[in-house]
Order: sequence, then C-alpha cells, then structure tokens
Amino acid sequence: MKILVCISSVPDTTSKISFTDGDTKLNKAGVQYIIGPYDDYALARAVELKEKSGATITVLNVGEADAEPQIRKALAIGADDAIRVDVEPTDSYFVAEQIAAVAKEGNYDLILMGRETSDYNSGVVHGIVGEILGIPSFSPVMQLDIEGGVAKMTREIEGGKEILEAPLPLVLGCQEPIAEWKIPNMRGIMTARTKPLKVIPASGEALTATDKYSLPPAKGPCKMIPADEAEKLIELLHKEAKVL
Amino acid sequence: MAILVFTEIADGAIKKSSLEAIYYGAQVAEKLGTSVTALAIGKADSSELAIAGNYGASKVLHANDAKLETPNSMAYAKVLVEAANASGAKVIITAKSSLADAVTARAAGTLKAAVVGNVVELPDLSNGFKVKRSIFTGKAFADVNVTSDIKVLAIKKNVVSPVESGNAASVEAFTPALAENLFTAKVTETVKATGTVSLPEADLVVSGGRGMKGPEHWQPLLDLADALEAATACSKPVSDLDWRPHHEHVGQTGVKVSPNLYIACGISGAIQHLAGVNSSKVIVVINKDADAPFFKAADYGIVGDVFEVLPKLTKAVKELK
Ligand SMILES: Cc1cc2nc3c(=O)[nH]c(=O)nc-3n(C[C@H](O)[C@H](O)[C@H](O)COP(=O)(O)OP(=O)(O)OC[C@H]3O[C@@H](n4cnc5c(N)ncnc54)[C@H](O)[C@@H]3O)c2cc1C
Ligand SMILES: Nc1ncnc2c1ncn2[C@@H]1O[C@H](COP(=O)(O)O)[C@@H](O)[C@H]1O
Repeated sequence: MKILVCISSVPDTTSKISFTDGDTKLNKAGVQYIIGPYDDYALARAVELKEKSGATITVLNVGEADAEPQIRKALAIGADDAIRVDVEPTDSYFVAEQIAAVAKEGNYDLILMGRETSDYNSGVVHGIVGEILGIPSFSPVMQLDIEGGVAKMTREIEGGKEILEAPLPLVLGCQEPIAEWKIPNMRGIMTARTKPLKVIPASGEALTATDKYSLPPAKGPCKMIPADEAEKLIELLHKEAKVL
Repeated sequence: MAILVFTEIADGAIKKSSLEAIYYGAQVAEKLGTSVTALAIGKADSSELAIAGNYGASKVLHANDAKLETPNSMAYAKVLVEAANASGAKVIITAKSSLADAVTARAAGTLKAAVVGNVVELPDLSNGFKVKRSIFTGKAFADVNVTSDIKVLAIKKNVVSPVESGNAASVEAFTPALAENLFTAKVTETVKATGTVSLPEADLVVSGGRGMKGPEHWQPLLDLADALEAATACSKPVSDLDWRPHHEHVGQTGVKVSPNLYIACGISGAIQHLAGVNSSKVIVVINKDADAPFFKAADYGIVGDVFEVLPKLTKAVKELK
C-alpha cells in the first residue's frame, strides 16, 4: 500500500501573533512552527498501518524551505521519503492543486491529511484534492482500518458519528482518536537525515492574496460578581449584555 | 454575477445558520445588483423552504432525490456545481459547518474556485473582491483579495443579524442526474444525539471542565442549560475521560463555537481551549481559582464553587422567564 501524508507547517497554538511590513506579513520571529496537530494524527495512523500490514509512506508539504524541520520530523516519526512543493501555501485551491499533481504522479492508495490546518481552520483541502482526483473524500475520520482494499471508518458528524466503509483510493481528513501522537526516537532522528527529500516547483496560480492583517480589539476588563450574589449575573446578562 | 447559497436542512426546516448565510448573500447581492438563489438538499416542505424569502432569497432550488437523504459530500457537491452552472453563480455562500466545508470544497475542486472560510464581514467590492477572515483561531484577521472567477465564502456564525422582510421565495424542484459512482461509500451505522440543542448552531452554550469533578456531577450544569435552552459543551480532558461525548468538546482540536453567550464552568482557560470559544460575544467564567487564566478572556466572572453557583443561576433564569 502506498500512503501519502500531507502535512502543514503552522505556528504552535501558544504563539503570540504579530505582523511586520506595515501589517502585510506575519512576523515569524519567535514563533515556534510545528506539524499541524491534526496532520500529526494522520501521520501517526499511517505509521501504525505501516507497522501492522506494511506500507510506504511519502510525506508531502506545500511550503517554503523553513518547513523542512517539520518534514524531517515526519521522516523521523516513520515516513520513508518526502516531497516539498516549493511555494508559499496561499490558498486552499492552490495548495490542493499542488497536492493533486503529486498524487496523480505517485498513484497512492490512501491520501491522509488532517481535518484542518490549525492556522486557517479551513477544512477543505482534502475535499478539493478528492474532487480533482475524482475519488471520494471523508473528514473528520476518527477511526480507520484497511481490510482488503476497503477502508472502514468512523467519522464525526454534527452531534454524533457515522460508521462507514468505502473502497480505496480515498482522501481522508483525520482527527483524534484515530491514533496516538508519535514522538521520534533517536534512531528515527538519525535515519531521517538521510531519507530522500525531493523539492519540486509549483504549478498553477494562487487565487487569493492577503492585503493586510489585523488583531482583534483588546478585551475590556472582566466584571466580577460575588459568588453569594450569583443570581445578579443573570440580570446583567439580560439587561446589560442583552444576550438573554 | 448571481449568488448561490448552499442551504442546510435539519428536521425538515432550513438551519438557522443557513438563514444567516442567505441574509449575508442578500446583502452581497444588493451591493452587486443581483439576486440570491438558495440551494436546499434533502427532505422539507415547500412552505418551510419559502421562508428563505424572508431572509432575502428570491428563489429556492430544492433537490429532494431519495438518494440524497443521507448527506453525501460527493453527491451534494455535484448538485451544487449543477446549481451554480444553472444559475450562473459567481459567488457561492455557505454557513461554515462540517458538511458545508466538505460540499463546497468538492464543488470548488470542479469550479476552480477560491474558498475563503471563517469570513467575518461583508466583502469590500470597492476595488476587486476583498473579504475579512478570522485566522489563528480568532487571534487575528486577514483581509484577503479573491481573484478567482467563482468565489466560495464560508461565513462564521453571527456575522450578520438578519432583519426579516416578510417575503416568500419561489420554490423549484431541482433534479440533476446523479451517477452511481457518487455513492460508493456505504454508511453502516449512524449514531446521533437527538433532542438536544446543536452545539455549532447554538446561541447559548454552557460548558464544563475538569472542575466539574466527574460525569455524575453534571446535573447542575445540565439544569442550567435546560433552563436557558442552551447547548452543552466541555473541555478536552472531559471528553478524553469519557465524562462527555467527543463531539461536545470545544477548542483547538474540537468544535469552534461563536455563540452569543458562553458560560465556562470549572474550566481553567488554557489557550487551546480558548481557540474554540474566543469569538463568543459574551464569555462568563465560573471558577473557584481567582487566578484562573480564563478570567482574562471573560466579560463576567464569578470566583466560587460551581456546585454552589450553578443552582443559583438556574433559579434566577427560571425567575426571569
Ligand atoms: C495540542 C493540544 C491541543 C489541545 N486541544 C484542546 C481543546 O481543543 N480543547 C480543550 O479544552 N483543551 C485542549 N487541550 C488541553 C488544554 O491545554 C488544557 O489542558 C485543558 O483545556 C484543561 O481542561 P480543564 O480546564 O477542563 O481542566 P483543568 O485545567 O484541570 O482546570 C480545571 C479548572 O476547574 C477549576 N475548579 C476545580 N474545582 C472547581 C469547583 N468546584 N468550582 C469551580 N471551579 C473549579 C480549577 O480551578 C481549574 O481552573 C489541548 C492541549 C494540547 C497540548
Ligand atoms: N501547505 C500544505 N502542505 C501540505 N498539506 C497541507 C497544506 N495545507 C493543508 N494541508 C493538508 O490539508 C489539511 C486540511 O487543511 P485546510 O483545508 O487548509 O484546513 C491539513 O490538515 C493538511 O493535512
């Protein structure tokens, strides 16, 4: 089985967000970049499937050279080789177009992604890739097993879940508890250094451009209500905040 | 330059978030001098669908094929693409949801459309097509120029406050051909909580954290939610411990909500939790620790024991009604 795992490189959630160049660029100084947390689940499940029944895992990132530490980490966790499409990942369609081009070339049985990136939370790249390739896509998948070319999945739906099966090839957006996050071990880190990482140029054109970034207005002070007068809160929510 | 709104049906009626999307679409249509068509897929009476007119749609296309009863993003996307072609739509609008994300994504794949999610304002059409979107889970905004011929916008909850017009929309049956290969997936089981307020749609949310001590202590929280007719939510450790179902957990790895009111009970306010709730209009925090970080993100706070505070709030809500 050939698995393609698509990873994004995103600022850690705890990062402080600020901008430079007249608020036209994200200030990367002091920001810790990580593999998208959901993408980490996709990778972890791919590694489990490989350990269970054999597979080759290619990890793919659409991004600039500063994403390479994240790609190397994915190789250390258990991917066999990597591809980076060398371009700024501006919008979902553009990113999906790059992924689909790589996928067509490589004939993968399974394309695993995260449910969404943790920076833009779009949750659409898997669907676009599936459509371009003409194969089904499902997200968010919480459980995944492959038996005889058929994927058995549990998927979260609004207010519940759905158990379903579909023949490969498929594109899946993954979320917990599909697998346990994996931490690279020493041997993984050593071998990752020599695993192949292919850098290829992008095709097509971006469909969006960001003109300007801004921060939300600072939150006002929190109004404290003494616990023994808790009922006053309801009156404030009704009369002052007007949300009841 | 017509506008098409992907409209979701729940229990035979248009979802509230979709009515907001229709209203948003109508505001954009006014700027562009065009009209709004709503595409509704699934079982519903025409009278229910005509309500879309009240929110600014002039027409509803209703796809009611039996094959479409269970949501299927492949088939729904096919219907959406056909509807976009039939109505000449250049802008497709939807309320963000897991179904809408999947359907519009696949449609965008065919239409070669840019998809802009978490849109928080009406577009600025003075120079191109510019939209403001929320990024980094509410920590920032980006003004994005969209250059594709067809554009898909997924709006966040509460971006517009609809004013009803009293008009009714015309409802037309819409029956595109659906190939068998759209239905290769087999759904063997669906488990769905019924009779509760849907969390992503809810205006009011009461949420519990590890401070609630255990699943057997949830009743006071449920009582307040009941009195408010609010949805219930929880923090990640609570769902990890199986105190509450996974689909209730909010935050970076869970549902992102933006209700009018979010009441956090015994939740510390970790940054990963805030990522799912920080665009709520009003946040109330109840925590026995005055230094809990959540108070910094709150509008109203009570330092106290949830088990003493919650019954008082429930009583006050009942008295208000
Ligand atoms: C990658 C990553 C992703 C994550 N994603 C999420 C996510 O999506 N959602 C999420 O919620 N978390 C997430 N977390 C976990 C997050 O960091 C916190 O650990 C979690 O939110 C804490 O949950 P809590 O507030 O319920 O529990 P705690 O941090 O244990 O807080 C319990 C609070 O209850 C208060 N308390 C105790 N007893 C009482 C009482 N009787 N009355 C009143 N107050 C009381 C305490 O003072 C305390 O503040 C994530 C973590 C990581 C690393
Ligand atoms: N730049 C990227 N490179 C590789 N994969 C990506 C990239 N951006 C998004 N993805 C994948 O697509 C999934 C959904 O992303 P999104 O639709 O942007 O929320 C992510 O979880 C990743 O698996």
